[in-house]
Amino acid sequence: MLRIDNIHKTFNPGTITEKHALKGVSIHLPPGEFVTVIGGNGAGKSTLMNSIAGTFPVDSGQIAIDGIDITRWAEHERAKFIGRVFQDPMMGTAADMMIEENLAIASRRGKTPTLRWSSKAEDQDRFRELLKSLNLGLEDRLESKVGLLSGGQRQALTLLMATMVKPKLLLLDEHTAALDPKTAEKVLNLTEKIVTERNLTTLMITHNMRDALKLGNRLIMMYDGKILVDVRGDEKKNLTVKDLLAMFEKAAGSELTSDALLLS
Amino acid sequence: MILAISTVSQGLLWALLALGVYLTFRVLDIADLTVEGSFPLGAAVAATLLTDGWSPIPAILIACIAGMISGVVTGILTTKLKIPALLAGILTMIALYSVNLRIMGKANLPLLKQETLFTMYQPEGLSMPVTVLLIGFIVVLFVAMINYWFFGTELGAAVRATGCNPRMIRANGINTDVMIVLGLLLSNGLVAISGALVAQNNGFADVGMGVGTIVIGLASVIIGEVLFGTRSFKNSLISVILGSIVYRIVIAVVLQMGMPPNDLKLFTAILVAAALSLPLLQAKIKKRSVQA
Repeated sequence: MLRIDNIHKTFNPGTITEKHALKGVSIHLPPGEFVTVIGGNGAGKSTLMNSIAGTFPVDSGQIAIDGIDITRWAEHERAKFIGRVFQDPMMGTAADMMIEENLAIASRRGKTPTLRWSSKAEDQDRFRELLKSLNLGLEDRLESKVGLLSGGQRQALTLLMATMVKPKLLLLDEHTAALDPKTAEKVLNLTEKIVTERNLTTLMITHNMRDALKLGNRLIMMYDGKILVDVRGDEKKNLTVKDLLAMFEKAAGSELTSDALLLS
Repeated sequence: MILAISTVSQGLLWALLALGVYLTFRVLDIADLTVEGSFPLGAAVAATLLTDGWSPIPAILIACIAGMISGVVTGILTTKLKIPALLAGILTMIALYSVNLRIMGKANLPLLKQETLFTMYQPEGLSMPVTVLLIGFIVVLFVAMINYWFFGTELGAAVRATGCNPRMIRANGINTDVMIVLGLLLSNGLVAISGALVAQNNGFADVGMGVGTIVIGLASVIIGEVLFGTRSFKNSLISVILGSIVYRIVIAVVLQMGMPPNDLKLFTAILVAAALSLPLLQAKIKKRSVQA
């Protein structure tokens, strides 16, 4: 579903702040695969995610979704294929607009907007059904502005919005990192439920090793702009945090101490 | 009585400017200075066409289109050429000064004998001030309804979301550059209609009549929002229109109290500065009272 071939990205080339953030990353995700991505700060996780989403162009390499080369596509064009949830709960929704209006926008992801009325009566029932599945009591608040919701509610809503039109690829960029532990767990459970039920091809960045091990059927670990560890299936299932740390140290070499990880 | 009627009429004619400023300042979250040029542009185009013998409604529509084009210019400067929006607006505004002089051929174009929207459609037995009030009301109502409709459509919702959270709307597949250009187009179209109507009401178009329009627009938006609320988009539209009328009343009152007309712009600027800093000052006062 997603194929990335040898992508490179350097920020601020030729300046004192030059940073070679991605050093030839290649990965292939078959349909329905749920991949968790871990790595320390500056490992290139978010750069990888943003490269796929098209927030900035990559310097070289190729990105393809479902066989279509999207390397040169603009961010909004890629949205046709990609659903996203950001780390910042403020990022995924329009705060000054009603829940209903946000859902209406998400229900047309990737389509050219027309002059038809945005939220129609027949949509409202569908929106209510979907909100009910979140178990947050939002189904009675279609007309509330999203800005009034808590961070957890907003992330749950964003998750719903990102998957309303089934995406070929779902990108989750540390989407529970800004939430308190209890809410984070709720949102994570919801993530697992939605991804499994709808069989979504998913890439999820997390800072939390236990989450990375618990969720998904494949795990990659990044370090210094490269993928260091890539495990899937039974091998991943039997993995522990301790194994992970050991693999990391082995792969990254002696320069690395366990504090450099600080993966939580 | 006449003064009261003409004050409210003025408020209505300028309400279109206020709506235009609302679209950029609040909906798109851009302070667009193009209005200082597109307001006299609307006046210049309408006045020139009227003196050429055009009838008022087509003249106003052409003025509106001219305003829209000026909005598109600013939009392209800021989205495609990445010039900061404030500067892009200033560039268009300055360029329009020359354009307006070219259109009119001189700095001031009187409309003494020409038919205007107000003389042409003056109902029998109705005085001029009442006619302006009536026509102003109809035009503003019509424009407000179109705005309400448009911003409720899929496209309009995308424009609003662009101002609110550009990353979110890009992640939903909308080209934010196009939405910004569209918003500036609509805004400056409205502002040009306002200029065209004000010129016909005043009986002249002047190249300098745009000076301070952005501040007048902001004053109307802020006064309206504070006094009449921002609960929903519909509520905000009505608030902005009423804000424009209240602003004219405030001006009429201070002039009646003996303030020299030359100080008007200073007064308006202070009013807007005070209103914009109000939330900050309120927070500071609150903090102090908590500490005490």
